[in-house]
Amino acid sequence: MNLKTTLCAAGALALVATAGANAATTVTIATVNNGDMIRMQGLTEDFTSSNPDITLEWVTLEENVLRQRVTQDIAAKGGQFDVLTIGTYEVPIWGNNGWLVSLNDLPAEWDADDLLPAIRSGLTVEGDLYAAPFYGESSMVMYRTDLMAKAGLEMPDAPTWDFIKQAAAAMTDRDNEMYGICLRGKAGWGENMAFLTATSNSFGARWFDENWKPQFDSEAWANTLNFYMDLMTSYGPPGASTNGFNENLSLFQQGKCGMWIDATVAASFVTNPKDSTVADSVGFALAPDNGLGKRGNWLWAWSLAVPAGSDATDAAKKFIAWATSKEYTALVASKEGWANVPPGTRTSLYENPAYLEAAPFAEMTLNSINAANPKQPTVDPVPYTGVQFVAIPEFAGLATQVGQEFSAALAGQQSVEQALEKAQALTADEMEAAGY
Amino acid sequence: MARAVKNKQKIINTVAAWGIGLLIFFPVLWTILTSFKTEAQAIADPPVFLFFDWTLENYAIVQERSDYMRYLWNSVIIAGVSTLVGIVVAVPAAWSMAFVPSKRTKDVLLWMLSTKMLPAVGVLYPIYLIFIQLGLLDTRTGLVIVMMLINLPIIVWMLYTYFREIPGEILEAARMDGASLRDEILYVLTPMAVPGIASTILLNFILAWNEAFWTLNLTAAKAGPLTAFIASYSSPEGLFYAKLSAASTMAIAPILILGWFSQKQLVRGLTFGAVK
Repeated sequence: MNLKTTLCAAGALALVATAGANAATTVTIATVNNGDMIRMQGLTEDFTSSNPDITLEWVTLEENVLRQRVTQDIAAKGGQFDVLTIGTYEVPIWGNNGWLVSLNDLPAEWDADDLLPAIRSGLTVEGDLYAAPFYGESSMVMYRTDLMAKAGLEMPDAPTWDFIKQAAAAMTDRDNEMYGICLRGKAGWGENMAFLTATSNSFGARWFDENWKPQFDSEAWANTLNFYMDLMTSYGPPGASTNGFNENLSLFQQGKCGMWIDATVAASFVTNPKDSTVADSVGFALAPDNGLGKRGNWLWAWSLAVPAGSDATDAAKKFIAWATSKEYTALVASKEGWANVPPGTRTSLYENPAYLEAAPFAEMTLNSINAANPKQPTVDPVPYTGVQFVAIPEFAGLATQVGQEFSAALAGQQSVEQALEKAQALTADEMEAAGY
Repeated sequence: MARAVKNKQKIINTVAAWGIGLLIFFPVLWTILTSFKTEAQAIADPPVFLFFDWTLENYAIVQERSDYMRYLWNSVIIAGVSTLVGIVVAVPAAWSMAFVPSKRTKDVLLWMLSTKMLPAVGVLYPIYLIFIQLGLLDTRTGLVIVMMLINLPIIVWMLYTYFREIPGEILEAARMDGASLRDEILYVLTPMAVPGIASTILLNFILAWNEAFWTLNLTAAKAGPLTAFIASYSSPEGLFYAKLSAASTMAIAPILILGWFSQKQLVRGLTFGAVK
C-alpha cells in the first residue's frame, strides 16, 4: 500500500466518521427534580440503545427556576431546549401563543385515546395536543387511621368540609404537638393559592365572573377564607403561614398531623416506611366538598412538550413518545416495581390488577383526577380554564400577590376582610392594566 | 494588674471571635452533617446533631446521578480564567488611577462601582439576546466574559486600594533608573503588591465560583458549573434535603480547601494597608 492509497483510505475513514458524528442528533431536555423524572433519566438507556442516532442531554432545575428559564428561552428564541417539562398551567397559554409544536402526529401505538380524559383536555388547545403527560396528580385527604379510630370517627370516601373540621377538632392535641390538620400557608400561586383556589371552587367561589370582573368581594370567597382561617388557627400547626408542601410532608411523616390535604403524589412518600414514621397508618379520601357539586381538589400534570424553536423536533417527539408510553410504564414496573410507575395519565394503568394491588392509593388518585374538570372548574360559569389556576399569563404574578395577602392574614397581620379587600383591589388593577 | 486586665480582655476577644466564627460557619457545618444523614434524619424534629447513623448513601446517589467532574471542571475554568483575565486588565487600570490620578479618577471609580448597584436581572434580557446573536449561550467562553466583567469593578477597586499604599517615590526611583512603564509595573509594582494581588485573585475566584444568577441563566447542558449542579437537587415537592446537602458539600469542598490553605495570604492581603 503506497502513501497515496493510505492517505485516501484515511480521508475516507475521516469522512465516514464525520458523517457519523453529524448524523447524531442531540436532544436537550429541561426537567424538574422529582422522583419520577429522576427515575426516567436512569432508564434512558432503553431509549438510546434503540435510537443510537439520538443523544440525550439533561438540564435539571427546581420547578420555579425551570419555568423562568424556559419562558425566557422561548420568548427570546434561544433554542437551548428541545424537550420541556411543563405543567397544565403553561400548556394552554404557550399553545395559544404558538410556542409549542403540536403532538397530534405521535404514532398510533402511542395511543392518545388511552390518556385520562381530564388530563388530556387540560393539555389540548383547539383540538391540538401540545404536551404529552408524564405523570398526573390531583389533591386528596391523607389522614391517620389510628387517630381517626381513637377519636371514634370514620372517614368517608368523600368527606364534607364540616366533617373535616369535626375530625380536626377531635384529633388536635396541642400539648403533645399533634395538630388536627396541616394545609399550605406559604404565599405563592403554586403554594397556598393552588390549595385555596381549588378549595374556593367547592365553596361556590370563582376568581372572575364571565366578564372578567374579580370576585373576591363575593360572599363565597369570604366563606372560603373564613373557614380556612378558622380551621388553621384552631387546629393547624404553629407558623402555618410559611408551610408549603415539603414542610407539611415533614410534619405528617413525623406524626404531627392528623390530616393533610395536598397533592396525590405525596401518597407514595407518606406510605414509604423508610422515610415516614406513620407509613402503616395512613388512609386516603377524596378532597372535601360542600354539597355544591364541586370538590376542593386540583388537577396537575407534568408533561413533555417540544418548543417551536427546536431544531430536533422529530427526535424530540420520538423521545416523548417513548417516555410517556405504556411500554415505559411497563419498563419501570419491571425494574422498580408497579408502585413506582408514573401515575395519573393513562386509563390502562388503572385497569391493571398488578398496579392496583401494589399502589393502595391508586383508586383514590384516579377518582380525584376524574373529579376535576379544568374546562368547568367552578359552580358558576367562568371565562377561563384551570382548576387551581386561571390559565392566563397574568395569573402567576397576580395569584402570588393575592397569596401574600392571604398568608399575611393567616400570620395574624391583617383580618380576612382586609385581605379580601386588598385582593379585590389589586386584581381589578392588574386586570384593567392587562386590558381585560 | 494591668497584665491581668490585658489577659482577661484577650480571653474575651478570643471567645467572642470563636463565637462569631462558629456562628458564621454553622450553616456550612449543618449542611455537611446533613449530607451524612438519611432523608428521615435530615428532617427529624428535634434535629439530630452528631449522634445518628452516618451514611455515604447520598454521595453515592449524587455521584451516580450527576457528572460531578464536568461541573467541577466548568467551575474551575470559568472562575479561574475570568479572574486571571480580570487581573490582567485591572492591574494597569489600577496603576494609572493610583499613581497618575486625574481630576476625574474618583468619578470613574465611583462610576465603575455603580455598575454593581444595578440588579443583575435588569440586564438579563439584553445580555441573553446578545449571547444568542454571538452564539455564546451555554458556553464557557460566554460565562468567562460575563464573570470577568461583573467582577472587574471589585478587582480594580481592591488593587487601587493596595497600590495607594505603595509609596510613589519607589516607582519614581525605578523610572529614574531607566525602567519602562512595563518594567515598572511588572518588576517593581507587582512584586511589592503580591499580597494584595493574591488576595484579590482569591476573593474574585471565590465570587466567580459562587455566582449563581448568570451561571444558571446562561447555561443549559454543557457549560453549567457547580451552581447548576446544586440547583439540580432542589425540589419544592419532595424531601431531598440530604441529597441536596451532599451536592452542596461536594460543590463547596474545593473552594473550602483552597480557602483553608490560603487563609494566611488572604488575611494578610485583606488587612494590607488597613493599619498605618
